[in-house]
Amino acid sequence: MILSQTIGNDGKALAKKPAISSEATAGKISIRDVSIVYDPEGTHVVAVDSCSLEIPAGEFCVVVGPSGCGKTTLLNAIAGFHGVTSGEIYMDAELLCSAEKTAKPGADRIVVFQNGALFPWKTVLDNIIYGPLIQGKMDRKEAMAACHELLIQMGLSGISHRYPSEISGGMRRRVEIARAMMNDPKVLLLDEPFRAMDALTKTVVQKYLLDVYDVSNKTVFFITHDLDEAIFLGSRVIVVTSRPARVKKIINIEIPRPRDFRVLTSEYYRQLKEETLEAVHEEAQKAFEAGEREMA
Amino acid sequence: MSAPPKKSTNGSPGKKPQRFLRDRSAFRGCFSIIVFLLIWELGTRYGLPILKAIPPPSAVLSAFKESFVDPAYWGDWGSSFIRIGLGFILAQLIGIPMGLLMGTSRFFRELSLPVFEVLRPIPPLAWVPASALFWPTPEMSIVFVTFLGAFFVTILNIVGGARSIDARFIRAAVSLGSSRRDIFWRIVLPATLPSIIVALTVGIGVCWNTVVAAEMLAGHSGLGFLTWRAYVTFTYPLIVVGMISIGIAGYISSAIIRVLGSRMTPWLKTN
Repeated sequence: MILSQTIGNDGKALAKKPAISSEATAGKISIRDVSIVYDPEGTHVVAVDSCSLEIPAGEFCVVVGPSGCGKTTLLNAIAGFHGVTSGEIYMDAELLCSAEKTAKPGADRIVVFQNGALFPWKTVLDNIIYGPLIQGKMDRKEAMAACHELLIQMGLSGISHRYPSEISGGMRRRVEIARAMMNDPKVLLLDEPFRAMDALTKTVVQKYLLDVYDVSNKTVFFITHDLDEAIFLGSRVIVVTSRPARVKKIINIEIPRPRDFRVLTSEYYRQLKEETLEAVHEEAQKAFEAGEREMA
Repeated sequence: MSAPPKKSTNGSPGKKPQRFLRDRSAFRGCFSIIVFLLIWELGTRYGLPILKAIPPPSAVLSAFKESFVDPAYWGDWGSSFIRIGLGFILAQLIGIPMGLLMGTSRFFRELSLPVFEVLRPIPPLAWVPASALFWPTPEMSIVFVTFLGAFFVTILNIVGGARSIDARFIRAAVSLGSSRRDIFWRIVLPATLPSIIVALTVGIGVCWNTVVAAEMLAGHSGLGFLTWRAYVTFTYPLIVVGMISIGIAGYISSAIIRVLGSRMTPWLKTN
C-alpha cells in the first residue's frame, strides 16, 4: 500500500506497518532558469523571470511570496497546466517542459487546489478510486479494497459513501490528500490548500499533512501566504519576489520531524519567522506599491 | 407483569393528525383555499360584478363528476400527454446533445449560435401557422410547436451549465489521468446534470403552455381543446374543469421531473 504507517483521527501516526515507499527515490524537481510570459505578443506580462530552484526528492518545499507574484503560475507549469516561455523544468531525469515542450498533466504530479476539487457528484470512495480506475491500474474491486485500506490508514474510515457536501471542510481537504496519495504520485503540488480554513481546523489539517508526509516521504511543493504554516510544514522556505517571481531567499528549516505545535513557541522558530517576515515584507511592500501604480 | 405502555414518539403515525392541526402553515393553506372557494361560491350566487359570469364551485364539482365517468374526458388527457411526451422527449433527445456540444465546443457554438439566436426569440405559438404549412397533419404541427417550447429552453440552460463548469474539476481530472472522452462522460456530463434538470423542469412548464394554446388553435382533442370547446358550446362549468385539469396535469408532469431530477442528482440533496 501507499503509506507505511497508519494515521489516527487526530492526525497522529499510529502502528507501524512494513514500509514500501518511505524512502524517497523519485520526485526530484529541477527548475532551471524558467521564465513565463503571458501574452508575449500583446500585453507581455512577465509572471516568472529566470527562476531556478532544485527540490531534492522527498523534500517538503514551501514557496511564499506576495499575492499575484507568479507562485501558482510556476506550480501550474510543473503540473502541466501551461508551458514556459524559456528555461526547463525536469522531474528526475525527465524533461517536463521547456519553450518547445509543454508538460502533460499526469498522476505522478497531483495538484491539491486552493478551493478543493473533489468531484461533488462522486462519493468520497468514488473520488478516491477515480485515478487508478481511469488509468486502468486497478479494477473496481481492487480499487475499492485499496481505498478502504487507505481510508483506514489515513484516519478517514466511515465516510466512504458520503458526498463531499456531507463532510466538513477539513475532512474534504484530508480526502483530497487521500485521493492524491491513492495515485502514489512522485510529487504533491499544493496550491494554498488550507487558505479558506478557520485557524483551528487549519492546525488539525496541517498536522495531518505532516504525518502523511512523514510516512510517505513524497516530494511536496506547497504554496502559501501564511508564514507560520510555511515554517511549521517546510524543510525549506523559498521566498519569491513580487511579480515577476524570482527566488529571493531560501531559508532552511531545521526543526526535527515529526513536528508538533510546541515548536511554534520556541526561540528558534521565532528567529526563523523574523527572518522570513523580513524577506516577505519587503516584497509585499513592493507588490502593494506596484498595485497602487497600476490602479492610478 | 404487564409490559409498560409504549411512549409514542413525535414521529409516530398517531401523532400526525395532531401535528397537522398544530402546523400553522398547513392550517393557513387550508384556510385560504376554503375562503377562496367561499368567496367564489357566494360571489357567483349573489352576482358580484366579475364573478357573476363564472360557474360556481358547486356546478364545477358536478361537471367534474360527470367528466370523471366520461371516456372522452380521459381521451383528452391522453391526447395532451402524448403530445407533451413526444414534443418534450424529442426536445430533450435533440437539445441535450446539442446543448452539450455548444457548451463544450467553441467551433460548434460559433457555427450554430447565430441561427439559434435568430430563432430563439420567436414565441412557439408564432410557429403555428408556419408549422401547419410544412407539417402534413395538425397533430404533427402541435407536437412540433410543443417541441419548440422545450427545445430552446433546454439548449439555453445546458449551454450555460456546460460553460460554467469549474476549471479546477477539469484540471483535477486531467491530472488524475482522464482522456478527453473521460472528461466529457465523467466530468462535463455530471457537472451539467443540475442544469439539465433545470432545463427539464422549465421545459415541461413551457410545453404545457404551448400545447394547450396550440390545441385551442389547431387541435381536435386534448385538454386545451376541451377548454376551448366548452367556451364555444357555452358549457361554462367545463371551462373550469378544463383549466383545473390542465393545472393537475402540469403538476403531475412537474412532480415526475422533480422525482427523476432528485434521483439523478443525489449529491444536491445534501447541500
